Amino acid sequence: MLEAKFGFPGFCFRAGSEWLKVIEVKDLVHQYKTPQGEAKKALQGISLTIKEGEFVAVIGHNGSGKSTLAKHLNALLLPHQGKVVINGIDTSTQERLWDIRQQVGMVFQNPDNQLIATTVEEDVAFGPENLGIPPVKIRQLVDESLECVGLDEFKARAPHLLSGGQKQRVAIAGVIAMKPRILVLDEPTAMLDPIGRKEVMDTVIGLNKEEGLTIVHITHFMEEAVFADRVVVMEEGNIVMEGEPRQVFSQVDILRKLRLDVPPMTELRERLVQSGIKLPPGILNVEEMVMALCP
Amino acid sequence: MLKDITIGQYIQGNSPVHKLDPRTKIITLVLYMTGLFMVNNIIGYIFVTFFTAGIILLSEIKIKLILKGLKPLWIILLFTLALHTFMTEGDIIWQWSVFKITYQGLRQGIFMVLRLIYLVTITSLLTLTTTPIALTDGIESVLKALFVPVAHELAMMMTIALRFIPTLIEETEKIMKAQMARGADFESGSIIARAKSLIPLLVPLFLSSFRRADELAMAMEARCYRGGENRTRMKQLVMDKRDGIAFVICTIFLGISIFTRFGL
Repeated sequence: MLEAKFGFPGFCFRAGSEWLKVIEVKDLVHQYKTPQGEAKKALQGISLTIKEGEFVAVIGHNGSGKSTLAKHLNALLLPHQGKVVINGIDTSTQERLWDIRQQVGMVFQNPDNQLIATTVEEDVAFGPENLGIPPVKIRQLVDESLECVGLDEFKARAPHLLSGGQKQRVAIAGVIAMKPRILVLDEPTAMLDPIGRKEVMDTVIGLNKEEGLTIVHITHFMEEAVFADRVVVMEEGNIVMEGEPRQVFSQVDILRKLRLDVPPMTELRERLVQSGIKLPPGILNVEEMVMALCP
Repeated sequence: MLKDITIGQYIQGNSPVHKLDPRTKIITLVLYMTGLFMVNNIIGYIFVTFFTAGIILLSEIKIKLILKGLKPLWIILLFTLALHTFMTEGDIIWQWSVFKITYQGLRQGIFMVLRLIYLVTITSLLTLTTTPIALTDGIESVLKALFVPVAHELAMMMTIALRFIPTLIEETEKIMKAQMARGADFESGSIIARAKSLIPLLVPLFLSSFRRADELAMAMEARCYRGGENRTRMKQLVMDKRDGIAFVICTIFLGISIFTRFGL
């Protein structure tokens, strides 16, 4: 499984090993110093296991440590205590650093600050070029990735002429051109308009469902967390809730206490129930609401 | 107003000059410049003029565009001409109190101006016919061949600078508008007042640039960037027959230039 680096035909990674743990976080502690000089724990002993092909959404209020967790997943940060194991490799193993970064692709919040080259295709080629892949193979990877995110016509375009959603898709293409097994998205939709958000979400869901990529999606939009297989709720550097979206979002009171929203339809159900209409718990989207109201 | 800045403007085209390998263009440019600094008489300048005109015709770039590039230079050109004309000793053709024009001075002045014009023309022709990426790749590879130790880093810096010019211009305009909405005045007042009014523009611009640089560095690291070692390129530079011909022509040009100066 591990030698499968670049020789893969297409983007299929699922390969009948869904039980495989690709991410294992154990008692992870991350400390940083505040400007006043006191040590603060951004992560206070987190444990989390993610299986191959899983789509995990991490939600939490600002400063809950979700971005810090993301940066630990590809060794941009290293644990102060505990450990992070990616595909059997401990992230603190210095010699395997580039293996880890190749296997865990990262997409960041600001689309402008992660595109490096002056054309779309050159930017997508940046990752594979860093890995020292032969030129002919890079061309093939770039074409495949751009097709995968639906931007093959924009190859020669300059990044600043694209919309926010398109820029983020270029960033995703740049990451998947490196053939990662895990895609970590750190609030990729936070700076986008609703159309751009939908573009990016469709791309991410497609990569998960069709290519079997493991996804860790960090967001503060609850509508996006609904698509996940599992939702992890963080607060003050701890995981406070974990489970299927339906399970998590039915606990409206607790989420409110954590200063988090619930998906719009879940909130509507809550209000309708309060005004006396009987509805089943765990309604997440419009279709389910329609089905519940007019069976 | 800021949108008018065109650094390294590239005009798309399909001419033989466009198709040359960027490395060829850089090296032949050096040959051309050497030749240009060799010539020192009328025959030599006539020859260089025809040669330069030939290259411009071959590149299919409009003369108007090149002249536009020369416009900002007129003060320097005038200054060069005046300095040479009035300061050179020799046969006097015209005199008024301490000012005198000499034949040698006039000749030297015109030659120097021509030299500067051709220098700028041919250099702008390089950027007009080469995409910024190709140019950067060319510079990297030429510097590497010269064993310059930081060739890759320089090229990477140029690429990132080119990538961020439009983004930063956009940002500057945004900040300007935001400050103008708060009553900032960028256009009136003395030079000092205007320079002072730029502070509320520059401070946020610098701050955000530093933040950008930090985030970009992290994004590059996350994508396995570790300098030039073991790095491959998707687009490979290839030289063909055309490049050979260009080298031969420019070498002949250099030869003739030297000949016009020293004779046989």
